[in-house]
Amino acid sequence: MNQTVAARAEIAAGAPDFLKIESIRKEYDEVVAVNNVNLAIEQGEIFALLGSSGCGKTTLLRMLAGFEVPTAGRIVLDGQDITDLPPYERPINMMFQSYALFPHLTVYDNIAFGLKREGMPKAQIAERVEQMLDLVQLKPYAKRKPHQLSGGQQQRVALARSLAKRPKLLLLDEPMGALDRKLRERTQIELVHILRQVGLTCVIVTHDQEEAMTMADRLAVMREGRFLQIGTPGEVYENPKNRFVADFIGSVNLFDGELVVDEPHYCEIQTPECLFHVGHGVEGKQGMSLTVALRPEKISLEPGWQDYPYNAVQGTVTARSYMGSYTAYEIELPTGRRVRVTVTNVDRYEEPHELGARVTAHWMPSAPVVIVE
Amino acid sequence: MMRRSWMPSGRWFVIGVPELFLFVFLLLPFLILLKISFSHADAVGVGFEPLISWLEEGTLSIKLHFDAYLSVMQDDVYLLTYLSSVGYALLTTVLCLIIGYPFAYFLAQGFPTLRPVMLMLIMLPFWTPFLIRIYAWKNILDVNGLLNQFLLWAGIVDEPLQLMFTKFSFMVGMVYGYIPFMILPLYANLVKLDRRLLEAAADLGARPWQRFWLVTIPLSREGILAGSLLVFIPAVGEYVIPELLGGISILNIGRMMWNEFFINLDWQRAAAVTMLMVLIILFPIWLFNRYQMRLMEARR
Repeated sequence: MNQTVAARAEIAAGAPDFLKIESIRKEYDEVVAVNNVNLAIEQGEIFALLGSSGCGKTTLLRMLAGFEVPTAGRIVLDGQDITDLPPYERPINMMFQSYALFPHLTVYDNIAFGLKREGMPKAQIAERVEQMLDLVQLKPYAKRKPHQLSGGQQQRVALARSLAKRPKLLLLDEPMGALDRKLRERTQIELVHILRQVGLTCVIVTHDQEEAMTMADRLAVMREGRFLQIGTPGEVYENPKNRFVADFIGSVNLFDGELVVDEPHYCEIQTPECLFHVGHGVEGKQGMSLTVALRPEKISLEPGWQDYPYNAVQGTVTARSYMGSYTAYEIELPTGRRVRVTVTNVDRYEEPHELGARVTAHWMPSAPVVIVE
Repeated sequence: MMRRSWMPSGRWFVIGVPELFLFVFLLLPFLILLKISFSHADAVGVGFEPLISWLEEGTLSIKLHFDAYLSVMQDDVYLLTYLSSVGYALLTTVLCLIIGYPFAYFLAQGFPTLRPVMLMLIMLPFWTPFLIRIYAWKNILDVNGLLNQFLLWAGIVDEPLQLMFTKFSFMVGMVYGYIPFMILPLYANLVKLDRRLLEAAADLGARPWQRFWLVTIPLSREGILAGSLLVFIPAVGEYVIPELLGGISILNIGRMMWNEFFINLDWQRAAAVTMLMVLIILFPIWLFNRYQMRLMEARR
């Protein structure tokens, strides 16, 4: 794993602006689907566009593939302006949502389709298709038609078909959308492994944050045609720039409050529920209102109502779900506010907190993050 | 164990009605014709001798006369007429396909708002009797018809063209009459065409015409076959169009059957001609069925 990351970093070092999206805009009669988006992707990077349906992520992907023409802006790939190239002249291939395999062609002919259009000699096509079948482990299925394959196998054919032409950029449109959960988790890692092996630059569109975080080096959270935040999965999760991102990625408890102490290395925020002592400084004036985001897994529970000077709330357990690896609690505070807490089940014999029990939830200063926007 | 009811259920009734209809109006007349084709007129001259009779000595006699078939096969004119009819039917099918395919494609993949209007335009002629619609072509194609008047007025020709009772007028009528049967199955097929497959083809480097040849055409094969059969089969035995628009120079099996039945009054021979035509038509139907069975098995 470390080796592949290192190898990838080397490729990436060569071309930091391999794919450049410059002020791309797409309007459909009055509706702005993509609103002046800028993005630079490194060579060899796996980048995810994450957002709920209608956020513009698919439109952006389709503009990269060439199916939609941007209203304004430029797309530059490896130094070449491809904004006005038709899809069949772009060095880009796409793996379609639900795959779009040709039902009348065999697995072999599906994979060879793009190569034949290039006018590649037959012997070379055969060699390349064999390679691809090896890569996705479908060699025995070369003569089958798509409808004779399982969902997972179809997905691998679609991947092989989109890799066969060795595109400069690979686009994946909801690559796991049609697979069931168990298969999805395994396939995500397998897919990333294959992409690293080939060293491809790749843009993934997904509405599934877990998928984006599992597969991508960096991701962009999209909403209403704009990027809300771009960063590594860790950055976006631990330092969300706004309420939407904090809420969209993972689950979160948001507290609105007022800045009371503002020091370079810490700050204190008074909320109706408690005083937050946060281990990082903020840029702002005393008395300004802001939001504190606190992830459920960063909170600890103690039985009984304990006194803490800060970073703690007292309440009663109103819901509990045992999820195997962790237990999720919902704690109701005297103000009526509910707080979500997850406790990792490190011990098989851990006594759970009963429904209705009084508990204290508390956390470290390094647990919460302040959202100014 | 479920007790089986001997009462006819609703399910049997629903299946039974069309079966009964087909039996009374298709199989029964067919069997009567089959009998006539192997029979001779009886002594009185109004009916036909039975094929199977019970002789006094206690023997069952089955008498099949093949002379009608032999006379049909020995006379070249029948063979030529069959060939000519099949040839014209094929030509009609090809013309309907060439004209109907783009039409159906546009209907299925073009502007969805135009679809109801265009479908209506295809169906509308069915509200007028077929015979009258074909007769209307006479008014257009006649020496004094609309088309000739237009050509004279526009100065394209100096004297009216002889369009009626030619191969041209015949094919105009055939294509006009049969094209809806090509367009509708093609439309039903093309409307299901997944546009993402065309996008996938474009993504993999296929230019527009390559997408059409490599994706659209192969995927609409069933529609092409169904439409072609729907045109070809009735076109072989068509009677009204060759009679009204074709003229005597066009050899046509439908007209030949009419002549044998109602002019020569040779029912045995007419029945034999009919039976042979049914054989000719059964062959493509059999091919199509086999193809569909294979397709269904492949999908299972």
